[in-house]
Amino acid sequence: MNFFRGAAVIAAKDLRSELRTKEALNATISFALAILLLFSFAFDPDADMVKQISGGLLWLVFAFSSALILNRSFAREVPNDCLDALISSPASGAQLFLGKAAANYALLLVVEAVALPVFGIFYDAHWTRQLGLLVLVLLLATWALTVIGTTFSALTVNLRLRELMLPALVYPALVPALMAAIQLTNVLVGSDTLDRENYIWFRLLAGFDVIFTLLGLAMAETVFVG
Amino acid sequence: MRNRVLYAFAVVSAALLAMNLYTIFMKLPDELNQGMIYRIIYFHLPAALTCFTAFFCGLVASAGYLTTKDMRYDAVAASVTEVGLAFATVNLVTGSIWGRIIWGIWWTWDARLTSMFVCWLLYVAYLMLRRAIEEPVQRARLSAVLSIFAFTDVIIVWKSIEWWRTQHPGPVLTIRGGGGMAPGMQAPIYWNWLAMMLLGAILVAVRMRQENMRREIDSLRREAYAF
Amino acid sequence: MPDGAATVQIEGVWKYFGDYPALRDISFDVEAGACLALLGRNGAGKTTLLRILGGLSRPARGRVRVLGGDARTASVRERIGILGHGIGVYDELSATENLEFHARLHGMRDPRAVALHWLERTNLLPVRDGLAREFSRGMRQRLAVARAFLHEPMLMLLDEPFTALDDRAIALLQSLLAGARSRGATIIMSTHQLREALELASDVALILRGSLAYRGERTPEMLADAGWLYRHYGEKE
Repeated sequence: MNFFRGAAVIAAKDLRSELRTKEALNATISFALAILLLFSFAFDPDADMVKQISGGLLWLVFAFSSALILNRSFAREVPNDCLDALISSPASGAQLFLGKAAANYALLLVVEAVALPVFGIFYDAHWTRQLGLLVLVLLLATWALTVIGTTFSALTVNLRLRELMLPALVYPALVPALMAAIQLTNVLVGSDTLDRENYIWFRLLAGFDVIFTLLGLAMAETVFVG
Repeated sequence: MRNRVLYAFAVVSAALLAMNLYTIFMKLPDELNQGMIYRIIYFHLPAALTCFTAFFCGLVASAGYLTTKDMRYDAVAASVTEVGLAFATVNLVTGSIWGRIIWGIWWTWDARLTSMFVCWLLYVAYLMLRRAIEEPVQRARLSAVLSIFAFTDVIIVWKSIEWWRTQHPGPVLTIRGGGGMAPGMQAPIYWNWLAMMLLGAILVAVRMRQENMRREIDSLRREAYAF
Repeated sequence: MPDGAATVQIEGVWKYFGDYPALRDISFDVEAGACLALLGRNGAGKTTLLRILGGLSRPARGRVRVLGGDARTASVRERIGILGHGIGVYDELSATENLEFHARLHGMRDPRAVALHWLERTNLLPVRDGLAREFSRGMRQRLAVARAFLHEPMLMLLDEPFTALDDRAIALLQSLLAGARSRGATIIMSTHQLREALELASDVALILRGSLAYRGERTPEMLADAGWLYRHYGEKE
């Protein structure tokens, strides 16, 4: 079977299950909104402050709330030993990884699409001014979040302490991608123009995505087949 | 036999450390700007070098496990990472003490400090993952994968954070293009690195033996429960 | 697959949990069209061996060839069906969706038609749009059986198939297994329920503490006296 078609079948199944129950999606969106609320107590959200820290704020919201979706991704396969049925199917480990990652990516982008305008309203941030570039940052950094999260979600799926382990693994590993995303988002939402120096962060994000996507695909069989 | 080798290593390492301590505290003069506290670099820097050597060995051992499925590689990876983490802690703590005296603060979010902390967290996560998996073969496989991810990540973390913020003193060793130290003052760094590597090797050997025994006990328990 | 070659070839397979060998130097073949009962007590290594044959796990040492290839190649797994301890069905999806998903995963041409066909065969057609979560235990089991058989596998691996099933599902499974055999499929099932297994089996393998203790055809003595094998080849109590 075609590599991408196999992955698409798995991604479609995951999205269908998630959209039927909306368990992870609802929880993640309300968690994201709650963090947005809590941040308003952490500092006084005046215009200057928002300009300085909007990137950090947004990406912490995205990163923390994504843990719920990433956790569900493989936890969904645990009841009834569905993961065994998937691994023993003709789909390869890499297809399974890619399919899961694609579904997670779509769900994370939905959460971001909801959280971003709410952030704009709550904090009077002008996030639409350089929308094109901001979307590019979102797409690149969310993919980084997705590959790291999906890999570690697969790694911890059979552990008793799954929910506890995932954040401890994901966040330190994400530091470079989050840093780049925060830096770029600060500039873009703060309505500054990107200068040459900032493009290095795009390169970092793209490099991070490529390296960990390849590593994730290469290691998938090892992770799934004992 | 193996015990004797281990003891011999321990004696050499202890002698070397004593000799280094003598040189560092009795023979070397105070540094012009920093005074006496600069001596901490003789522990701070070798600890960092030892910990990265250890993490690199962990990467090699993990790749070795995945290609051969020999559990001895897993024991090496586990021991080496644990010992490396101990030296990483030494590095962070000594650096923090130095920072308190020279900069007046315990911690600053400078590039190297941040990177080292991220690196420390990643390998703590590695050890946590190991503790969370009970079945030895599954533990070996999954932690080997994590070790490969962690090492790759550490490289990117170091590069990226360097772009962002730098406050830490530049390279001091001549081989890294630095030249901040008088020639006589550099030698003890290398000697202490050697001493720490020896100490590290001893600790790894002891930990490995423990790890192998633990596996044996585990297998005996399984044997006993098989009926 | 070359003519005359066995469907399953197991050569010197070892599998460890740490240092403990769960499988010790297992070697045997299973001919095409045979129905092998894999016998042994709990913890003997039956599940471990079945997982290796199904491509869910790899042997530490030794070689396994399934349907002429490695169990981890896609073309081989397309022709294997597995019914394990878990039913492998998604609770939040409907019966049709569950089967359609597995048909797609196996690259079948008309997944929807395949799903409906199997829903009919398993008497689940009236509840085809019901979520698996809402099904009774027996209905879920029949759905699981349909999932394992829908791609018409040439090798069926069943792990303790009769323990969890109710009588309707057992009857369904038995008729499907008979059908599979008549089209030349090979069946390997682990079980400690001797009578049901021996009635179906043409061959028998007994595993004791990870080692192969007996491998041969199922003889009339075994059928007449289910404990015969254990008394002759089992361990002394």
